[in-house]
Amino acid sequence: MNGWVNHLPIFPIVVPLVAGAVMLLFAEARRAPRTIIALVATLTNLLVALALAYIASDAVPSIWPDGIAVYLLGGWQAPFGIVLVLDRLSALMLVLNAVLALTSLIYALARWRKAGPHFQSLFQFLIMGVNGTFLTGDLFNLFVFVEVLLAASYGLLLHGLGEPRVKAGLHYIAINLAGSSVFLIGVSLIYGVTGTLNMADVAARASLLTEDERILFETGIAILGSAFLLKAGAWPLNFWLPSAYGTAAPPVAAVFSIMTKVGIYALLRLGSLLAGASGASVPAPFNDGWLFGIGIITLALGTAGILTANQPQRLVAYCVIASAGTLLAALGFGGTAMKGAALYYLTSSVLATGAFFMLCEMIDRTRQTGEDLPLEMMEPVGQESVDADFTDEVIGIVIPAAMAFLGMGFLACALLVAGLPPLSGFIAKFLILSATLTDTAAGPVPVTVWVLWAGMLGSSLIAIIALCRMGIHLFWSTDEIMTPRLHLGEAVPVAVLLLLSVALSIETGPAMDYLNLAGNSLSSPQIYIDAVLSGSRPPGPSPVSSIPVEGIRQ
Amino acid sequence: MEAIYALAIGVLTASGVWLVLRPRTFQVIMGLSLLSYAVNLFIFGMGRLMIGGAPIIETVAQADPSLYDDPVPQALVLTAIVIGFAMTALFLVVLLASRGLTGNDHVDGDPEA
Repeated sequence: MNGWVNHLPIFPIVVPLVAGAVMLLFAEARRAPRTIIALVATLTNLLVALALAYIASDAVPSIWPDGIAVYLLGGWQAPFGIVLVLDRLSALMLVLNAVLALTSLIYALARWRKAGPHFQSLFQFLIMGVNGTFLTGDLFNLFVFVEVLLAASYGLLLHGLGEPRVKAGLHYIAINLAGSSVFLIGVSLIYGVTGTLNMADVAARASLLTEDERILFETGIAILGSAFLLKAGAWPLNFWLPSAYGTAAPPVAAVFSIMTKVGIYALLRLGSLLAGASGASVPAPFNDGWLFGIGIITLALGTAGILTANQPQRLVAYCVIASAGTLLAALGFGGTAMKGAALYYLTSSVLATGAFFMLCEMIDRTRQTGEDLPLEMMEPVGQESVDADFTDEVIGIVIPAAMAFLGMGFLACALLVAGLPPLSGFIAKFLILSATLTDTAAGPVPVTVWVLWAGMLGSSLIAIIALCRMGIHLFWSTDEIMTPRLHLGEAVPVAVLLLLSVALSIETGPAMDYLNLAGNSLSSPQIYIDAVLSGSRPPGPSPVSSIPVEGIRQ
Repeated sequence: MEAIYALAIGVLTASGVWLVLRPRTFQVIMGLSLLSYAVNLFIFGMGRLMIGGAPIIETVAQADPSLYDDPVPQALVLTAIVIGFAMTALFLVVLLASRGLTGNDHVDGDPEA
């Protein structure tokens, strides 16, 4: 009866892949079919992600007990074949990615998709890569999906071209290629020691290693962890981030704001598995001390960057760094209550930075001077009249009171990023700070609590100062402001993201119920390991001879 | 054999890292290529070195793992080569675009910086 439900976990990968590939068959000039395919695929992706999150929560425990679905690709049993694993954390990340993807796509349809060739296909491949990293159950496929998302992101970062973008892209590609080499060294070292690539199996075997093997294993984990920290934008591996995110086309930058969370997700996933399975301490970058220290330094660096940024989009890029720092520090603080709070912060900050990136570009249009016009055109092959309608901003429905919308939007984004009431940014920071106290109720307050409080509150204060200054500069300096014409298609995505943050703060109770469930399952990884390794026995008499596609845990 | 193999990986990695840190884009791409060669050899090495061992088990009767080479690292290397090759090609295009836009081959687009 629920046969098709068992195949849902593969959809977030297959749908964008097929959509992106089919779009390549249409000529660049035929925009209508490509747009329809892109919208349908992204909407399907969102619906599937929502369905997965609903089933993975405790709403329907009969389908996937403990909220963990194991999808055996090709029907091979877990440590031998490739598995996709969906749990509450990955379902949450899928929903976030899908929401961000749909809003950015609608924003891009208004203007930006015309700035270069194959925007739509690359966009779908990026979604596929990000979804894949959240779903995969083994380390090598994590590498492959990270490469898919990086390859798409290289193309998207260069979308629209222009000298600053090419320069930032060169640095971004170079550091990520080096990062991929590091990633591979870590993965192969772990394979050399444990003889497996399946994350659950690696965790299960970690406790059985001898002393000599343990040293090599921890080296491999440390190298792999460095690659994850590079993706997460953690100090000292994040100097590429401000220029890459600060120069990318705004809808692209908005989807990029979930890409740093891919690194955080990988750290969280592997860290939780290693913590639960091995009796010994968790290896280097995944243990609490390291994550906390790196997080605090990243937070300080991001905050300093917020203060120095003189251009809105660059400021948001530093906000992304600061949010990565807060997340790493909160996760490094440890404790089960903290995991749910940190996931709430993650949700809130992804929505906020996504909206902020798109808003920045609309605010940029109020500057009359156009000396740094961000759109240099690259003529797509076989298309002549691309810039004629690209520069024409008056197509479509123009919304009234554009300045009021921009001002309110900026205010809302600033409140979210700085963590002031009444929006979800405040609730997120409050939850993290209160979680530090619930976990250490007895005895004297440890020094880490003081450091975390000082870091987060100080960062909020500085962010408020910097954002006030930026707001005054952008909206109240009387000279050279012109009211831009905003399309409905550009205003609605920003408004939707901001309204989602409002909804998140109103519905904090139900949201936290789900996020605490996700945090709890991260704290008890044995359920995950058992589900992947033993529970995944295919229904047929022998795993090899059964029909490949029906290998699903019942 | 292990010592020579390890030495080769070490030399490739050292040259690769040195070249990646150089200021010219062409040196950087050469460095990244050398690094990826080193990584590919390293993945091979993680499956243990063996001469003349087939990676495919021929019959069930002879299913003694010590007679055969580990097939998994070979599959991984194949994937890594394909991905690395594509990424290098892409980097080459960006390198040329940067050369065209800035007029020089410095990684920051400005030899004076």
